[in-house]
Amino acid sequence: MSVITLNVNGAVHQVDIDPATPLLYVLRNDLNLRGPRFGCGLGQCGACSVIIDGAVVRSCQLPAVAVTGPITTLEGLAQNGNLHPLQQAWIDEQVPQCGYCQNGQIMTAKALLDRNPTPTDAEIREGMQGALCRCMTYYRIHAAIKRVISTAGADLAYEAGTTADTVASTKQEAAV
Amino acid sequence: MSTPLQFPKLIVDALQGLNPSTSRRQFLASSGALVLSLGASAVPGARVLAQAAGPYPDPNFLQLDTWIVIHPDNTATFFVGKTDGGQGTGTAFRQMMCDELDMAYEQTTLVMGSTDITPDQGGSGGSDAIETDGKPMRRVAAEARRVLLELAAKQLNAPVMELTAQNGIVSVRTDASKSARYADLVGGKRFDVALTGNNINATTGAASVKPVQDLRVIGKPIQRYDIPAKLDGSLMWAVDVKLPGMLHARNVRPPVAGAQLKSIDEASVANIAGFVRVVSRGNYVAVVCEREEQAIAAARQLKAEWTPPVTAPFPASNELFNFIRSATPTSSSEPRVTGDLAAAFSSATTVLEADYEMPFQGHTAIGPAFALADPSNNQMTVYSNDMKAYGLRTGVAEFLGLPRDRVRVVYMDGPQVYGRTSADDAGFEAAFLAHELGRPVRVQWMRYEETAWDTKGPAYAFKLRGALDASGKLTALDYDARAIDYAHVGYNEPDTVLIAQLMGRRPQRIAAGAASTPSIKYAIANTRLAGHVVALPLVWETPLRTGNLRDPDGPQVTFAFEGFIDELAAAAKRDPAEFRIEMMEASAEDNAFRRNRSLAVLHAAVQAYGGWESRPAPKPQTTVPIQSGRGIAYTYRSNTVVAIIADVEVNRDTGHVWVKRLVCAHDCGLAINPLGLKHTVECGMLHGLSRALYEEVQFDNEKVLSVDWDSHPSLRHQDTPERIDIVLVNGDPNPDRPDLPHYGAGETSHKPMIAAVANAIFDATGVRLRRAPFRQERVLAALRAVRT
Repeated sequence: MSVITLNVNGAVHQVDIDPATPLLYVLRNDLNLRGPRFGCGLGQCGACSVIIDGAVVRSCQLPAVAVTGPITTLEGLAQNGNLHPLQQAWIDEQVPQCGYCQNGQIMTAKALLDRNPTPTDAEIREGMQGALCRCMTYYRIHAAIKRVISTAGADLAYEAGTTADTVASTKQEAAV
Repeated sequence: MSTPLQFPKLIVDALQGLNPSTSRRQFLASSGALVLSLGASAVPGARVLAQAAGPYPDPNFLQLDTWIVIHPDNTATFFVGKTDGGQGTGTAFRQMMCDELDMAYEQTTLVMGSTDITPDQGGSGGSDAIETDGKPMRRVAAEARRVLLELAAKQLNAPVMELTAQNGIVSVRTDASKSARYADLVGGKRFDVALTGNNINATTGAASVKPVQDLRVIGKPIQRYDIPAKLDGSLMWAVDVKLPGMLHARNVRPPVAGAQLKSIDEASVANIAGFVRVVSRGNYVAVVCEREEQAIAAARQLKAEWTPPVTAPFPASNELFNFIRSATPTSSSEPRVTGDLAAAFSSATTVLEADYEMPFQGHTAIGPAFALADPSNNQMTVYSNDMKAYGLRTGVAEFLGLPRDRVRVVYMDGPQVYGRTSADDAGFEAAFLAHELGRPVRVQWMRYEETAWDTKGPAYAFKLRGALDASGKLTALDYDARAIDYAHVGYNEPDTVLIAQLMGRRPQRIAAGAASTPSIKYAIANTRLAGHVVALPLVWETPLRTGNLRDPDGPQVTFAFEGFIDELAAAAKRDPAEFRIEMMEASAEDNAFRRNRSLAVLHAAVQAYGGWESRPAPKPQTTVPIQSGRGIAYTYRSNTVVAIIADVEVNRDTGHVWVKRLVCAHDCGLAINPLGLKHTVECGMLHGLSRALYEEVQFDNEKVLSVDWDSHPSLRHQDTPERIDIVLVNGDPNPDRPDLPHYGAGETSHKPMIAAVANAIFDATGVRLRRAPFRQERVLAALRAVRT
């Protein structure tokens, strides 16, 4: 066991774990986050996605000890009670069926739009390819991403900052 | 009116006894007291995940209070015995009940599928949520409204017939100043009204439901209430529940099918921090640790010796169809025969024969199977996303030898549940391990288990023969299906769930299984429909267990039947839509109810497609690298009917198939929520498309080789059509009838997709694919076989 420090959604956490533990289990079981989810443990489906240093990362395969940059999870997208434009678009387009994979869809879409705010249809398909949905909500996901792109003028000012209280409040909710 | 409840799941948590002060059970046990409050006690932070004391008797469906609670703040909570796998049925239930109760949608919340607080409507399955279970929901809501009007009549001193209700307020028609809120009449108190009915589906009060013309909330495209909390990490899914003292378990499966456990070297995992125990019984093995990553490591590290079976458990998947055709059936259905088949074939101008093949396909949920079981208080609470929570409860009670009223299942959201998934198996495993260890145990299957060991949709081999007369009319059809379906696994059976099989339990009566036949609505004068079930050598403890997968046999049967109808249309040099429409027009099916609705969707699909050119398939062939084509398929399922048109592009050089556009005309009667309905129809089609293009369980002759998303590919973003058009026809021979029923929609659009794609590939390339899925190497081989 060893103590590692993680910066998650702007809050700093120290956890005492086996250093080989994949980040996913630390986020879920030690920090009580619910956004990243176990899907395959193999980096093939994207359900566990988080964003580190602007890149979407599979937390199921990444040892927590290897993480140095700040981590953003699904819980960290909303700012001051305002949903991220992607989250709002997901509601407007009523994207999910079961919703289990949507963490991966939204985090992948966020990383995509952060590096390319106006992707073409082909770039959306390419950029989202790694995020698997078994309810097959792909068509709705594309509609939601296009909705964000088409209204991006107002939303480009949105910055992916984080607030310190996000994790704290999440922890409180999940407290047993 | 109180603030609309933004996170209904939190309310659910509170009601489920996670917060004892607001437990539904307490409410039901009390009488006439103000005990149930959905106010401040339901906010985040107030939840305590402690098991409420039992026992947990069955909620009495013949009491109105079981279904509907009116709160002091003039809101209502509905309690229904269903589950929502993400098709929006929860929202639809609220709409139906609001409409009958005359409350606004925003005034209500809904609790689903937890066995101690919601009446047993069986959970989900068979696309019956709206069609069957919605009916008693509407009737009990109508009864609540009737009772409230009677109470108001006394309080307002006015006859019932002079009263009107809206948004939970009763007022006198002629004097709006005279009014009473529902909360003032019964808020926080019991109705104490008995209902009647021999079974839960028949539950009714004295009131009648509204005629369709008076419905206001039904038919509205209301957004799903459950979606926002699924997008920001606030929802507590079943997988998120944590309990004090909770342990983590991982299963260790036999390395080859049918292997017998010889020995376990527990010392091989003793060095793992947090290791608690290896539990084994028969051939069931699990490791239990304090932390999740420890359990994963222990399951990988555990040394166990297994004795492989003497004979191969099954043929390799590339030999599967030879096996099916040469096997001696375990049972054969009596063929259904109409007319004189032999005469029709002997007088035929053209006779066509074709063999179709469908491999095993799995659920392969995005989240592998999961359950958490809590054995405290000498009871058993299972947290699960199993769509049949009630069956899981009964099955676990029987499996563990506990009285039913000491067991409850708390249904919570989880990954997709399109049939008999391994959530059943995980529920029993968690309960068994918790029972053994005396502590809460969380079981999470790994990806390889979900993909390899989940129940499978049966594999099929079909033989079809058709006769055309000189005018190109289909005069005879001979259909013969063989399915690997012996010992078909039911839902939550304590003697067929995987752990029971591995422990050596065997059912007293083995399910015969079934090879389905198409429900033909076309006019075909002479038909023979036959089905045979065959068994694999290994019947138990096998990863190739068959169980219900979305529309259990429909995609297989419809691939063969609607594919072959397309072949006959092509042989007759007829346009494939017109060929079907003519056969439907000639049909005497069912006093026109089915025929007219079938014709309506066929015409609607062609119309929505736009510019449908009347011509036979295939298109005139060219040598351009990307060949495009269109395919139509039609089906009827229960009382719902669809026609789908697919546009495909086939790459001649690679065999890659892209379904560029889909058109679906869909009729499921009265649409409760057209928005949710369209999305369910859309996703059902694309799930069918995944089965058409990619999904196949592959195995050698000792184990399943499809174990992850590389070895078992699925539809992905790149495969998404660029355009999908869904037309809700929702017709009825008499659309003004006051009782226009609402039918199911969870499976019908899924059913004809494989056929539609195969028919479109034929149109594009002239090559008929009779073996799914149409992965590019298979398509390329078929294209090359024709070219050489």
